[in-house]
Amino acid sequence: MNVTITVNGEERVVDVAGHESLLNVLRNDLDLPGTKDACEQGECGSCTVIFDGESVCSCLVMAADADGSTVTTVEGLSVDTELHPVQEAMLAEGAVQCGFCTPGFVVSGSHLLETNPHPTEPEIREALSGNICRCTGYGAILRAFETVTGEGS
Amino acid sequence: MDFIAAHDLDEALAAKAHQPEAQLLAGGTDLMVEVNLAHHRPPSILSLRRVEELRELTPGRIGAGVTWARLERNGHRGLAQAARTVGSPQIRAAGTIGGNVATASPAGDGLPWIIAAEAAIEVKSRERGTRTIPWNEFFIGVKRTSLAADEIITAVVVPEDVPIAQEFAKVGTRNAMVISTVSCVVIRGDDGFRVALGSVATTPMRATRAEEMINAESTTSQSVLDEFARIVSEEVRPITDHRSTESYRRHAAGVLAKRLVERSLR
Repeated sequence: MNVTITVNGEERVVDVAGHESLLNVLRNDLDLPGTKDACEQGECGSCTVIFDGESVCSCLVMAADADGSTVTTVEGLSVDTELHPVQEAMLAEGAVQCGFCTPGFVVSGSHLLETNPHPTEPEIREALSGNICRCTGYGAILRAFETVTGEGS
Repeated sequence: MDFIAAHDLDEALAAKAHQPEAQLLAGGTDLMVEVNLAHHRPPSILSLRRVEELRELTPGRIGAGVTWARLERNGHRGLAQAARTVGSPQIRAAGTIGGNVATASPAGDGLPWIIAAEAAIEVKSRERGTRTIPWNEFFIGVKRTSLAADEIITAVVVPEDVPIAQEFAKVGTRNAMVISTVSCVVIRGDDGFRVALGSVATTPMRATRAEEMINAESTTSQSVLDEFARIVSEEVRPITDHRSTESYRRHAAGVLAKRLVERSLR
């Protein structure tokens, strides 16, 4: 079945076969590999996207059910070479180790700032609690978010 | 795969009447795990995501499509506390209370509150209209409910007089993203304490013997509370599985119930 999704501001039509997830469609059909595929059960947050205004795991969205939706992936957060403030902060703080979890953290963090521009530290921790970093680089990630929200400065 | 996206409740009920075997899809946080990891391939799927009627939320009626994220902010105290412990922010933005009720996992985080509040499950079908099923007739086994194949869960109906002193807690291996080892709700009203537990039986259960014991006492002294906790531990019916052992669950059930009674008195 044909599914129409507005991805990063652009209307895309994809032929979805069967039960595949939005994650698969983004990566395999729409050439957007920034959204990462890891646990496929909603535990790790590496596939986080903004789906109709909510930060969700794209592995748990059935692609067929995404018809008519608006999706923002990590690719949609930067404009040409101008990075999102969260990306800038993560670079500056060395909050990227292997980098696999980074897009998920960036999307969750950008959503936090959109909904709550001046979060407290517990609010930052809570907003990022659905993203797992297997390098355990949480200290640097938190410091990056604190600089971008003004919490740490 | 046959995929139907219902746009309103009438359309959803008509589709379910026509294809009772259709798998309902709401937030996807249970179903897609089955699809991704267990290679579950339901031949037809009926999506309820666009059905506005299911998203209505009032104190007396919680639409089946209300997400945990909304309940966290706008729910009854005990349910909001439970909502806060569901999965992660991403899961709470997608997962719904109706899905929790339909899945009927013994570990469903919203279920102990539903049975402590003595709420009912409202279901609808095109042929037979609305049924409002009391909690104790709805959950009948591990992931088994009395929902008929052509029915859709439309709401959790909350009694008007549900007391406001409500406490929820759960035990798990970590703080975020955890399925409960034991969960508990205590509601304190004029008629005494109600105690409900999850992950300690095939369905969420009320600790009725412990309730009777503590409600017959005139005080909540330490010795009364210790005896209360002992009875909770005795009457739960947990199993040993990959998440915990029977004996730990018995112990934790008593500890949690006692702690929540104390919290509800503060």
